[in-house]
Amino acid sequence: MTKINLWKEAKTSLFIALWFVILTFPIMVIKVNTIDDIVEWRWVRILFVGIGAFFFSAAYRYMLYRRKTGARRESKTRVLKIHRLGINTALDAAFFSQKKVALPGILFIAIAIILFPFITSMYQTNIISTALLSVMLGMGLNIVVGLGGMLHLGYIAFYAVGAYTYALLNYHFGVNFWVALPLGGLFSMIFGILLGIPVLRLKGDYLAIVTLGFGEIIRIVLENWNEFSFGPSGIANIPRPGFFGVKLSIQHASIFTYFILVALVVFTIFIVSRLKNSRLGRAWEAMREDDIACEAMGVDITKAKMTAFALGAFWAGLAGVVFASKTTFINPASFTMWESIVVLCIVVLGGMGSLGGVVIGALLIVLLPEYLRAFSEYRMLLFGAVLVVMMIFRPEGLIRARRHVFTFEHGENKSEAEK
Amino acid sequence: MRRGRIFLILLIVFLTLGMVSCKKKDSDTIKIGVAGAHSGDLASYGLPTVKAAELVVKDANANGGILGRQVELVIEDDVCKPEVATNTASKLVGEKVVGVIGHICSGATKAALGIYKDSNIFAISPSATNPPLTQSGDYPNFFRTIASDDAQARLEVDFALDTLGFTKIAVLHDKGDYGKGLAEFAKGFLEKDDRAEVVLYEGVTPGAVDYTAVINKIEASGAQAIIFGGYHPEASKIVGQMRKAGMDTVFISDDGVKDDTFIKVAGEYAEGVYATGPKDTTNNPLAKKAIKEHQDTYGEDPGAFYLNAYAATLAVLNAIEAAGATDYDAVTNALRTEWVETPLGKIRFDEKGDAIGIGFSMYQVRNGAYVEIK
Amino acid sequence: MKLDFFLGLLLGGLTRGSIYALLALGYTMVYGIIQLINFAHGEIYMIGAFTALIVAGVLTLSGMPTLAIFAIALVVAVVYAMGYGYTIEKMAYKPLRQAPRLSVLISAIGMSMFLQNYVLLAQTSDFQPFPALIPEFAFLEPYRKIISSSQLFILITTAIVMVLLTILIRYTRTGKAMRATSQDKTMAMLVGINVNKVISTTFIIGSGTAALGGLLISSHIGQINFYIGFIAGIKAFVAAVLGGIGSIPGAVLGSFVLGMTESFGTGLVSSDYEDVFAFVFLILILIFRPEGLLGRSTKQKV
Repeated sequence: MTKINLWKEAKTSLFIALWFVILTFPIMVIKVNTIDDIVEWRWVRILFVGIGAFFFSAAYRYMLYRRKTGARRESKTRVLKIHRLGINTALDAAFFSQKKVALPGILFIAIAIILFPFITSMYQTNIISTALLSVMLGMGLNIVVGLGGMLHLGYIAFYAVGAYTYALLNYHFGVNFWVALPLGGLFSMIFGILLGIPVLRLKGDYLAIVTLGFGEIIRIVLENWNEFSFGPSGIANIPRPGFFGVKLSIQHASIFTYFILVALVVFTIFIVSRLKNSRLGRAWEAMREDDIACEAMGVDITKAKMTAFALGAFWAGLAGVVFASKTTFINPASFTMWESIVVLCIVVLGGMGSLGGVVIGALLIVLLPEYLRAFSEYRMLLFGAVLVVMMIFRPEGLIRARRHVFTFEHGENKSEAEK
Repeated sequence: MRRGRIFLILLIVFLTLGMVSCKKKDSDTIKIGVAGAHSGDLASYGLPTVKAAELVVKDANANGGILGRQVELVIEDDVCKPEVATNTASKLVGEKVVGVIGHICSGATKAALGIYKDSNIFAISPSATNPPLTQSGDYPNFFRTIASDDAQARLEVDFALDTLGFTKIAVLHDKGDYGKGLAEFAKGFLEKDDRAEVVLYEGVTPGAVDYTAVINKIEASGAQAIIFGGYHPEASKIVGQMRKAGMDTVFISDDGVKDDTFIKVAGEYAEGVYATGPKDTTNNPLAKKAIKEHQDTYGEDPGAFYLNAYAATLAVLNAIEAAGATDYDAVTNALRTEWVETPLGKIRFDEKGDAIGIGFSMYQVRNGAYVEIK
Repeated sequence: MKLDFFLGLLLGGLTRGSIYALLALGYTMVYGIIQLINFAHGEIYMIGAFTALIVAGVLTLSGMPTLAIFAIALVVAVVYAMGYGYTIEKMAYKPLRQAPRLSVLISAIGMSMFLQNYVLLAQTSDFQPFPALIPEFAFLEPYRKIISSSQLFILITTAIVMVLLTILIRYTRTGKAMRATSQDKTMAMLVGINVNKVISTTFIIGSGTAALGGLLISSHIGQINFYIGFIAGIKAFVAAVLGGIGSIPGAVLGSFVLGMTESFGTGLVSSDYEDVFAFVFLILILIFRPEGLLGRSTKQKV
């Protein structure tokens, strides 16, 4: 891998293009109608596939080549980088609660966030609110997956618990949003503990499948138990959050929801970043790296797992309550396994265990399909492709989780080590 | 360092994208939204509506537009999910549409209607059949060109009891908001009537690999007929497997099944299946025209709810024309008062938003086509 | 309970189980070797079914006998699915060999979305009728309330595939290499096994059986669309874990247990909670046997 031999590369790409032409031939070209026995041949598509595959494979191979050489270069500069770790950008400081806080950066972001709903449309405010909801979900799941290292595929069930808590309490007892918010979190947490009990002994993918099953069970029960949850037709007319009894217009209500979400996200970031650096957080991270060694060091694994599940569920519950008030209508169809997978994508895409990463991941996952609306029917195709490509070129996520760096300040022997 | 930079760049990209894409361009076209599932697993129920709206609007624009202005469609996907539908709705509000044709699923429609109501935009759905949409009075801005679930269930039950005279009936559904809602009504009506008993009430899992177990259960229950609430893919699987097993239990279903795709997919097994649907309008010149247009443009037969959507679009354009303006009160008033010729017959809407003039009948598949039973 | 009813449920459960098994094999083999939950596996099953539909549609025009069409469609579908499996591995998983496991999982999810939408756009979003390629056996006519010919065919085919696969894994060089790789990749490399080739072979075999499952069930049910792979894939994954992921006999056993649970759960209680039975049963088994039914309980040395 020293120099790119253009001719050879072209030949390889040509070969790959040919391979794709053959591979996609039946599905791309032929369309059959088995009732009337009509077969449609759409030959021109083969041309698109061929040309497309040629250029994509060329680009892809070039990128892979770059990645390889890039990786080599990076390893050379590693030594240098360690020394520069002390300097932090404003954002790093903000998100990783370092001592040196760069005020201007934070101020800029804060002003942008506050002004945003007033200078853009309701649509923008709404989709950013959706993204913020996903940030909360991502933060919660990040505790379980990113910090605790447990693959959780049924996370959306807790979101459902939160949403239904508010919807049902409001429907039956007229409970308002502000009372329901902590209750939703609490109920969710109880469910988290209930789930935690059977899964304590399980590891890895066994855990994944049990959580997946748990998520599906909750959804199916909501779907079938009409007397309790109104079944698939769902609950409509859930009130939006009230503002000291003032009736807000829809425009203002969506702005208000936006600010509630901003506040909750800031709260979440604060708590989770504190937790991360606490005794418990270190126990989680140790558990993620090696649970046996971790237990041997005297960490109570049972407690660590339980708290991870319970806290993760708590945030999903909070987010669920806001979700119900934001859409004003909920039914079980919003809580499918697919949504759990989307939240997982947020955590992994952003960078496992990294808070800034979760924020970026959520923005990407929620906003990308929204902005891809222009491509209408191709958007999910593109979205799938983007996921694959991102993972290939940034397998650690967009923002790599920062490991703690402990520095001894005394004496000449200034040593730095990555934990 | 690098991490911070990426973060900052992405944040800026998003913010600018947000600001740029919200710039509205003003034009003097009349904008009408079309919302529904255009991607994902329910796309086949949403896409025919887009095609219908496009064809109608193309015609109208070719004839000089409405009120001398061209009509522009704003097509937005909601994947049939309530949470996406609220975004879709606020996007359409931002686009300043006059009205919306959609949404497709009842749940998504409910979520979106709240937003339309506050912004004085009406919605006219070709397929959302959930009764509370019109009957609860919560949504004065909602109209539909399809009968509500309870009306259909009533017809199915009456037909099974009065015309066919069955005494043992199984009620099945697909666990969806449409299918289960309908099945609940059918079960309720049957239980009130002492001529027949419900021998089985079950939800089948949509997309399950096969339905052998449910079929065995129907067989064991001794049901003479099945009333099924749901869409045609499940219906054709159940019917096909039943007939293959040599069961001749009568199958009665709804307008989610009264779709030519059902006959195509179920093939010979479709023979004899009953389904409710809008009154036969195959002799209606507009229906003929609508179907022919679709065949000419897309080279295939139209999909689900195509005629309903065609009728909805015609009703909207007609109401704007009749009202002579595009403001909410005038247009909704016109929708309620002005009769309009559609492929479903001559219709207008009542106070609640249900269409008057769309008759409902029972159909049966005979020789590979739905035939109205008089 | 009448005997007919019981037998019907039993055979229905076995049929379901067979289809799950054909899919679960691919999951479990891939998992055994690279510890990846291959979410795109269900899509291979769907693509296999679509390829078969297309081939059958084209051949029907030429007026071939059904049996010949069936044979050709089967071969083409299996070969194409193998091609897709191979390509997916090379494109979406191979560059991620050194990456964290969850990243590969996300890549697989992305691939699954991509393939679904690829078929949706290139073909149609509607359900397509699938021709009944499996012939009706006359001798089954009196028993058709209990078992249909396509069910019988599915059961027999699955059994044959299982036997062939067992022979392949137990007695051939390739099988040996696969077993070695699944035990210890580094060690396998050291003894001269081409690990990349083994991984490719695994994907190819798994994709082949998945396509076979797709073709058989579509012919039995009579319709397909682009979305059939997702749910079937999840169920097969559950079956694989139930049996002990990474274990081939486990995947087969898990599939049949899952199929039976669903069938009898529906038959004796209600199909409203069909999936709940499956998952509750799974959770119960995993509580008492955390490694699945036939999974090896690995003693970890510290």
